[in-house]
Amino acid sequence: MDLLIDLIQLSVYGVVLGSVLALGAIGVSMIFGILRFAHFAHGDLMTIGAYVGLSFIMITDAPIWWALPAGMLGAALTALVVDQAVYKHIRRTQPVILLISSFGMALVLRSIVQIVWGPSVQSYPTGIQRPWWVWEIAIVPTHIWIILATIVIVTALHLFLTRTRIGKAMRAMSDNMDLALVTGIPAERVVMITWLIGGALAAGAGVLLGIDSRLTPTMGWNILLPVFAAAILGGIGRPYGAIAGGLVIGLAMEISTLFLEPSYKPAVAFVIMVAVLIVRPQGIFKGAL
Amino acid sequence: MKLLEANGIYGGYGGADILKGATVQVDQDEIVVIVGPNGAGKSTMMKAVFGLLHVRQGEVLYKGKPITNGKPEQMVRLGVAYVPQEKNVFPSLTVEENLEMGAFLIRGDIRPRKEKVYEVFPKLRERRKQQAGLMSGGERQMVAMGRALMIDPQLLMLDEPTAGLSPRLIDETFERIIRIRDLGIGVLMVEQNAKQALAIADRGYVLATGTNRYEDTGPNLLANREVAEMFLGG
Repeated sequence: MDLLIDLIQLSVYGVVLGSVLALGAIGVSMIFGILRFAHFAHGDLMTIGAYVGLSFIMITDAPIWWALPAGMLGAALTALVVDQAVYKHIRRTQPVILLISSFGMALVLRSIVQIVWGPSVQSYPTGIQRPWWVWEIAIVPTHIWIILATIVIVTALHLFLTRTRIGKAMRAMSDNMDLALVTGIPAERVVMITWLIGGALAAGAGVLLGIDSRLTPTMGWNILLPVFAAAILGGIGRPYGAIAGGLVIGLAMEISTLFLEPSYKPAVAFVIMVAVLIVRPQGIFKGAL
Repeated sequence: MKLLEANGIYGGYGGADILKGATVQVDQDEIVVIVGPNGAGKSTMMKAVFGLLHVRQGEVLYKGKPITNGKPEQMVRLGVAYVPQEKNVFPSLTVEENLEMGAFLIRGDIRPRKEKVYEVFPKLRERRKQQAGLMSGGERQMVAMGRALMIDPQLLMLDEPTAGLSPRLIDETFERIIRIRDLGIGVLMVEQNAKQALAIADRGYVLATGTNRYEDTGPNLLANREVAEMFLGG
């Protein structure tokens, strides 16, 4: 009985973590699908988003959830600037060069966060969180909000990808770049929009992670591995797969604490990622790898 | 003035030239077929015309204006549509979305265009909500051609539209191509099913090792003994 309660409790945490991972993984997956490279600075885009959101509500005294749109806007613009200033010029080179550049970009972004906001731990003013007790399971209100916010963001993304011309063009480019070219789809414009959306989703993940725990300059970098694990598990290049992958990895990481030290959580994500790459590298949803 | 002229084209994929002075011309309302052995440069010629590979020498003219080494996007805007041989649909998009992508550069209402495509390919209307990647080879070919027709092209370029299709579907595809020509669209296509293709062609080119060997009307090429022996398998 106790085990069952623990399991349900950890599943709640798992869905919360999974929401954060899913938002990050969608961006990683879309960027890989369209630009064919693993974007290592994605975690640091999350960090930027979290801090921009924090500054916005501190300066304007707005309610805490305003951090979400503010952070998303901040990180979307950051992603676009990084793309136009750096990645755009090396787009036609080998993917490994882009990958290493994004690793360097990750360090640059993290240093900027440290210079602007300082290296110390900060937090969102969530106040004291009184959990609701549902049959011996503690549910913290912010967790409900985090899950709801994720559902709203993912629904908005879904509508964008299936109802708008440019969203469909993004899926088309991810499907078949050469055909998109001969069809006359303007690749550069679609790439720019991909960065805006990828950055905004990363910031969504960052703000929600910040609300759930704390903000540090390495918060995004630390979560990058599980984010990649989620993207690969879902089938890289498949945004819907990334959502499923995020939830599975999040649940696995939290439930593993039943029998493993919590510090092994990233290792659980890593083991799943390696196992997927060996057994089914195309992931659940048959991605591009 | 011809709709399209590609005169004395030299070019390749970076290494040695694959095309060595090949020439192709297409008029409105005609089906022009390029046939020839494997490696003759047929598909390469199509890519060179559409700006997908660098033309080192020679010129491409569209309605008399030079468009050599133009960008594919520019070709689409001019009214030239191209259907590659393989991977010519967006597999995760529905049939309808594939058609919409074809008209990406078109401003305004695209529904009349969609209707026109559904008239040529009624089956696509029934299957419009289906994912293109889950369809049969013949149906995918219809989606690919439908997508190309969405820009209301004046010239349609098809790279082996019947590759991998059953004999019945091959006949059907050629009938559709005749119908497209009758809409007033010039068709330039590369074909492996050379005899059948030449039978419906207004004109044909036999390409070998990157140069023109023969050019004539479709029926004349079919009747030519040398062509038949060397390129059409007797």
